[in-house]
Amino acid sequence: MQKELSPEAIKAEQPYLTWGLTTAEYDRYAELLGRLPNFTEIGLASGMWSEHCAYKFSKPVLKTFWTHNDRVLMGPGEGAGVIDIGEGKAVVFKAESHNHPSAVEPYEGAATGVGGIIRDIFSIGAKPIAVLDALAFGDPHDPHQKQLIDGVVAGIGDYGNAIGIPNLGGEVRFAESYTKNPLVNAMCVGVMDKAKIQKGKAAGVGNALIYVGAKTGRDGINGASFASAEFSETEAADRSAVQVGDPFMEKLVMDACLEVTRDYQDQLVGMQDMGAAGLVSSTVEMAGKANSGMVLDLDLIPQREPNMTPFEIMLSESQERMMLCVQSGSEDAILAVFRRYDLDAVVVGHVEEGHRYRLLHHGQVVCDVPVSALTSDAPVYHQESRRPQRLAHPAPHWQPRLKNGLTTLKTLLAEPNVAAKRCIYRRYDAQVQTNTVLAPGADAGVVRVRGTHRALAMTADSNGRYLYLDPEIGGAITVAEAARNLVATGAEPLGITDCLNYGDPTKPEMFYELAESAKGIVAATRALNTPVISGNVSLYNETSGVAIYPTPMIGMVGLIEDLTAISTADFKEAGDLIYLIGATAADFDGSLLQAVTTGGVAGTLRPLDLAREKADQDLVLAAIRAHLTTAAHDVADGGLLVALAEMSFGRGIGATVEVAMPQSWLFAESQGRFVLTVAPENQAAFEQLAGAAATLIGTTGGAQLAVTAQDGQVAGDVAELTKINAEGLACLLK
Amino acid sequence: MKAAVISFPGSNCDEDLVWALNTVCGQDVDLVPASATALDGYDLVLLPGGFSYGDYLRSGAIAKFAPIMPAVRRFAAAGGYVIGICNGFQILTEAGLLPGALQANTSLKFICEPEPLTVANAATAFSSAYSDGQSLTLPIAHGEGNYYADAATLAALEANHQVVFRYAANPNGSLNDIAGIVNARGNVLGMMPHPERAVEALLGGTDGLGVFQSLIDATKGAADAKRA
Repeated sequence: MQKELSPEAIKAEQPYLTWGLTTAEYDRYAELLGRLPNFTEIGLASGMWSEHCAYKFSKPVLKTFWTHNDRVLMGPGEGAGVIDIGEGKAVVFKAESHNHPSAVEPYEGAATGVGGIIRDIFSIGAKPIAVLDALAFGDPHDPHQKQLIDGVVAGIGDYGNAIGIPNLGGEVRFAESYTKNPLVNAMCVGVMDKAKIQKGKAAGVGNALIYVGAKTGRDGINGASFASAEFSETEAADRSAVQVGDPFMEKLVMDACLEVTRDYQDQLVGMQDMGAAGLVSSTVEMAGKANSGMVLDLDLIPQREPNMTPFEIMLSESQERMMLCVQSGSEDAILAVFRRYDLDAVVVGHVEEGHRYRLLHHGQVVCDVPVSALTSDAPVYHQESRRPQRLAHPAPHWQPRLKNGLTTLKTLLAEPNVAAKRCIYRRYDAQVQTNTVLAPGADAGVVRVRGTHRALAMTADSNGRYLYLDPEIGGAITVAEAARNLVATGAEPLGITDCLNYGDPTKPEMFYELAESAKGIVAATRALNTPVISGNVSLYNETSGVAIYPTPMIGMVGLIEDLTAISTADFKEAGDLIYLIGATAADFDGSLLQAVTTGGVAGTLRPLDLAREKADQDLVLAAIRAHLTTAAHDVADGGLLVALAEMSFGRGIGATVEVAMPQSWLFAESQGRFVLTVAPENQAAFEQLAGAAATLIGTTGGAQLAVTAQDGQVAGDVAELTKINAEGLACLLK
Repeated sequence: MKAAVISFPGSNCDEDLVWALNTVCGQDVDLVPASATALDGYDLVLLPGGFSYGDYLRSGAIAKFAPIMPAVRRFAAAGGYVIGICNGFQILTEAGLLPGALQANTSLKFICEPEPLTVANAATAFSSAYSDGQSLTLPIAHGEGNYYADAATLAALEANHQVVFRYAANPNGSLNDIAGIVNARGNVLGMMPHPERAVEALLGGTDGLGVFQSLIDATKGAADAKRA
């Protein structure tokens, strides 16, 4: 327990320095208060002014994001963003990082990451219909990494499986750069009637604040400021900053909250989950958004442990808790709903006149500060930005010296980034709720939307290798890659959520990476008509001064308006024509081949032609929607040959392909490419639609994948390649 | 036919069963909370998959004490058809309505896969729409689906043809590849695979429809017999 220093002692002894506040910030806060803050008050500021809650370093960057088009019903700033999908329905989605907790305690860190993002979705009033996750680890050969992976996967699975929300995929990446700082980014997608959007606000003097869900304990205290600091090698001491998840409790809370939003829409003023910085952030943000005052009686907060201090109660990040603001007079009816679910639900405070945030504890006022001091008056920093040395003097373009194309193909198929992830995703329930059309393993997950004739496709993507070489181009590529995944299933991309995973923003080189990649993301989202509707920021992904690759994770959702035009990647039958969309060049810098061959990445990226990208994506979508294709797959890690191999795996159907390029280019990672197959009877119609954008490169069939390039042929047995790909990661993680 | 799907706190396949029986198969279905104490007027009782009461102890170990369970026992004792799927199967074994127990998978990991099965006995009220030896693919999604019973119980199950479904490629260590069994009387079935997840071609297959079709036929037969 923290010893409660007096305001004067706080000023003198500066305990806030260890909670992430600077002396200048302390002074700013004292000035906003017009006096010295007491122990509770400074504690609240340390949570609310953390990067996690206040975005004090990233705000100037986030402001540059393109966040609205005619379909966006609610952009960033609430629990999650909302997009109109027609037929009276809306899709709600958001992603959030849980990198720091997962590094320290993989199982609970990952589990509570899933739990937290699910609450963000139902706080809007949406029924969660899918979770996805984007994970990044170090070398899976390393026993410590194996343990980490197992813990994270078990945590994600146990939480999502129990609560009954299907896992629709995402990605798992491996690179040395994530060894000490793994990435665990969870995304949740919900669907709702668009007329019933809830906001996290507390308005109307006298209206009640209802606390719902798990009791508050001493777990995860001040986790927000923990997540907003760099790791030291003595991280074990931070274990109490990690929370513990209870999916059973969350399911009850979710079902009850959705019942309240359904049956008491007029009485429910606002709802917000207690995530980072727990009680204080949920309540003061609700007051801030409505420009209200608020009083809470901490003695009424359900507590798991005796003698908790106001500091601990307010900054605990105990899971599975929600805060509701309901109209005065409706309390009993709404509390009765929660009682039916055997949940703790208590009126703990009220909306007040004025603009103060007041906390009572044992009859004493322990906090009385302006709401704005914790919300809109949090500092915002315009950081210095400096191009890192490695970018100022890039290595010359790297060219592979290929000895044997087949051996290279086999190496890449077994490489953990390309190897089948089935051994991971089979531990997640992908079908509960019985709407799953495409389960993990497809280019994107697809769920049909009940009550409509539509389906949603979704993906979560990142590629830090590219951003390490060029944050701006890499940022654009990540968005475009995510869109390609959706388009390959026949979905029109609607919008994105992001987790911005970077190093310490107070270092100018790190801030440069963040700011430059945002430029690329903005350009790509505009070009592809996919506004950013939600997201979060995870900075300080550093250990002992070494940062991860700059890694924005892009979660993207797309719309399928015709359930009969959902496409998959596997070759369907022999005799189909194979087309390549997009141009191939000697693009090896940042490629998987370079990483595998040289142990790292170096060089420069070719700018992404966003106009061409958009045109080609539109073409693929049009071809799928016109039922002209039999399979579609985007070309990603490992290049064209890997993409062709992946298409042969599903049904064990090979292909004979001839391309006008050197053999090594089969592994180039030129952007903007798709492989499509077309039944012979649709050849004329497809070629008329595609024009010069598609190149006929071969025919499906046989038990071999045989690809002839200008300087030789690569021919492999499909069954053998399938086995290599299936076992590449599975054997490592056994 | 009128069916009751029991919704335990933590059940998460209850609405999927309602969808399969009602929307897909056109039957009358009620979602009955586990706090209820009567099951009058139903032709079929279904115990759904999920994690009843969180399953933090043994799967189904708390659910067997739920207020609805005496009514489920009475319903079964009166010859009513009861089917437990996944967690429902676990609850039925915990409650003693079916023999044996479901242990953790041999891999100690949760497994979600479409799983090939064979119909071991098509002469039950739950499998009459299939034929003996028919191959099916039904999704499994469980961490504790490894069927265990002592040797005498297993021998009795086999002798009485109580094994209804077997895995074609045992995924979890179940003895005798058991995926689903009936009680000796033939009116209570438990199975780990999820037939309700395989009732629509859009979602990847319709091999599960046979279970519901069999029950629709069986309850129709029972109702006709009652009337006669």
